[in-house]
Amino acid sequence: MVTHDSGAGHHHAPTGFIRKYIFSLDHKVIGIQYFFLALFSVFFGMTLSLLMRIHLVWPTAKMPFTPGGQMTPEQYLALVTMHGSIMVFMVLTTAPQSGFGNYFLPIQIGAEDMAFPVLNMLSFWTTFVSLLVLLSAFLVTGGAPISGWTAYPTLSALGEITGPGQGLGQTMWVIGLAIFCVASLLGALNFITTTLDLRTKGMTLGRMPLTVWAWLITAILGLLAFGVLLAACILLLLDRVAGTSFFIPGGLVVTDTPITWHKGGSPLLWQHLFWFFGHPEVYIAILPGMGVASHVLSNFSRKPVFGYRAMVAAMSAIGFLGFCVWGHHMFVSGMSPYSAFAFSLMTMTIGVPSAIKTFNWLGTLWGGKIQFRVAMLFALGFVSLFVTGGLSGLFLAQPSLDLYLHDTYFVVAHFHLIMGVAAIFGIFSATYFWFPKMFGRMMNETIGKIHFWFTFIGVYCIFMPMHFLGLAGHPRRYSDTSGVNFLAPLHSVHYFITMAAMVTITAQLIFLFNLFYSMFAGEKASENPWHATTLEWSIPSPPPFDNFAGHVPSVYRGPYEFSVPGSTDDYIPQHLIPEKVAKAH
Amino acid sequence: MPETLTPDLEIIEAGHGGGGDVPAGGDDDGGDSGSGLPGIPQRAYYTAIQLALVGIVMFFMALTSSFLVRKGLGDDWVAFALPRVLWFNSLVLLASSVTIEVARRYRHEGAVAAFRRWWAFTAALGALFVAGQLVAWRDLASQGVFLATNPSSSFFYLLTALHALHLSGGILALCYVAFRRWQRSRITQSIAADLAAIYWHFMDGLWLFLFALLYLGR
Repeated sequence: MVTHDSGAGHHHAPTGFIRKYIFSLDHKVIGIQYFFLALFSVFFGMTLSLLMRIHLVWPTAKMPFTPGGQMTPEQYLALVTMHGSIMVFMVLTTAPQSGFGNYFLPIQIGAEDMAFPVLNMLSFWTTFVSLLVLLSAFLVTGGAPISGWTAYPTLSALGEITGPGQGLGQTMWVIGLAIFCVASLLGALNFITTTLDLRTKGMTLGRMPLTVWAWLITAILGLLAFGVLLAACILLLLDRVAGTSFFIPGGLVVTDTPITWHKGGSPLLWQHLFWFFGHPEVYIAILPGMGVASHVLSNFSRKPVFGYRAMVAAMSAIGFLGFCVWGHHMFVSGMSPYSAFAFSLMTMTIGVPSAIKTFNWLGTLWGGKIQFRVAMLFALGFVSLFVTGGLSGLFLAQPSLDLYLHDTYFVVAHFHLIMGVAAIFGIFSATYFWFPKMFGRMMNETIGKIHFWFTFIGVYCIFMPMHFLGLAGHPRRYSDTSGVNFLAPLHSVHYFITMAAMVTITAQLIFLFNLFYSMFAGEKASENPWHATTLEWSIPSPPPFDNFAGHVPSVYRGPYEFSVPGSTDDYIPQHLIPEKVAKAH
Repeated sequence: MPETLTPDLEIIEAGHGGGGDVPAGGDDDGGDSGSGLPGIPQRAYYTAIQLALVGIVMFFMALTSSFLVRKGLGDDWVAFALPRVLWFNSLVLLASSVTIEVARRYRHEGAVAAFRRWWAFTAALGALFVAGQLVAWRDLASQGVFLATNPSSSFFYLLTALHALHLSGGILALCYVAFRRWQRSRITQSIAADLAAIYWHFMDGLWLFLFALLYLGR
């Protein structure tokens, strides 16, 4: 912490515990708060998935937390819903963007803090409240909702008549999500303003690390998308509690009860609103991972990022196209084949910038002096998973194929690989890479490598076989298919997946151990242990309260000056003044 | 305050290059370090208010497209006569956009008392608008038109309520600009007044749009 008085214009570190660690205005503390919120959420969400996997293989097994011992189909669906919601919102949206973005965006552009620290604190605490509201769905009468993370009406709109959890539980879910939207909008506003207006001297747009570009584009997507989800949530809430009929059509009969008090609404309207948000949300989850992968691959290949400008253009294109493809989630909703064709074409177009990124990652690796540190392994794993998960997207983008594959395990395999696991690998890569800066100590490399290989092989063992389940026509969301003849031969595949899931989930305890052990007993980290070039490595680990201790850093070059011909060091930091760059001759 | 305003304007002009000449943070915050927060270039506030408006536009556009889709797809849409008081309310809100500009002109001229008077007048017009919207609600309710009566009334109550909520935020912002002690702030009262006025004009325009939507689309 800064102890000296650095004069007018500088802010001072708070001294009280509450202002320092709880209601902190420091972007670094807030970043770590987000990180731990996501860490709690990911283990919580993973536990739910473990319960689901066990139930799928042993449907009659006694389960904890299920009154009556055996898990009912409704309880299974509640797990599906809450697993998806918690993972998508509280982990994939929160950790890579709000967590690492908060911590490192200001430092990487040479700023003292986010533009609006109070707003930043409000974003975090609003997110925290939304997590509590979301989790409270487990505790209310009827339990958690069963309508999935997409909450399609009319199942999500009619109340408890449609099942346990669809009463107060679903209401808490909608409110929790609406609060999350507000938090994300505040965060996005802060990220964009900070990136546009707080860059230090010399930090032009073309010199920003690709991580910063990724956080910027993600924030723009968030700003444009979360307002739409907020509107949808308000409409759904009114349908639920105020008797309106935005999404509920007339003539419904639910469990022999005619629904006479609603008519004329359109369930498809929700789908349009939800997916207009939902598809960009996929990129909100994955773009920061792309930024981190580019950054880490370059650093540990000791080579500049191949095609920096193409990388930025590709991320922008992915972000833009992300708003034009929501209809591909609705191919089976009865939409016009012409619309489906347009959405299909736009969706496959995303393959172009995605391929550009993949080729550039390979180009970055090509001929590099590769150092297989754990962060690098996870970045490589990210590329692998991005390709694997992306390719199945091209299949699903065809309306004719989607007709068959929709709502099968093929889709589960696709989105888990591309959006879930690839993004998680981005988070892991970021964690191993930036841990020394955040906590001042190194994570254990050996334990990290064990964690990597268990996780990398494990996730492929979990999700690759799901493609086959899907191709064989296995529907998703069914809690028990033991009585279905044509699915009986697939039981052994489920068994294999559950075993793989158990091993992989257990392996995450290795990560947890490494994280907390290294936090307190890891080897002390130097200022720049990875010989990296960007500004966060020019300051002590962990950084002082105002990041640059009162000095305003200047930037003289791009972010990836590795192995520059004629230079004795194999890297030239962004802040190094030109006179100090050691020349070989 | 005027002596700190001049360097602020220079920062705003120099700002468009981004990452160019102006160090972020540090000593250029124009105001005073009493806020306990790091200084930032004043242009950041203008960026932020514009981004906030973008977010609000997306929010209301989602509701607008819902309005159009719901009206187009359903066969149960029943038009109702909009309360006449809405015309009066619209005039009140338009007038408030004029008075806020008058207030800002006085602010620039340094006529503090006149500024405060017109600023308060603007807030009062805003409050009158919100009260007028409540009158419109009561009018409809007395005719038996409620939130859940018909999709047309659902959208009417929803859009007017959400706009009134946003405008109430604007009224709070006006009060904040008037009553805050700006000596301990990162920005000057003048810039805060600018930001509040941008938001206020936007809410005015948004109302005209929503009124047109409700009127033409009923």
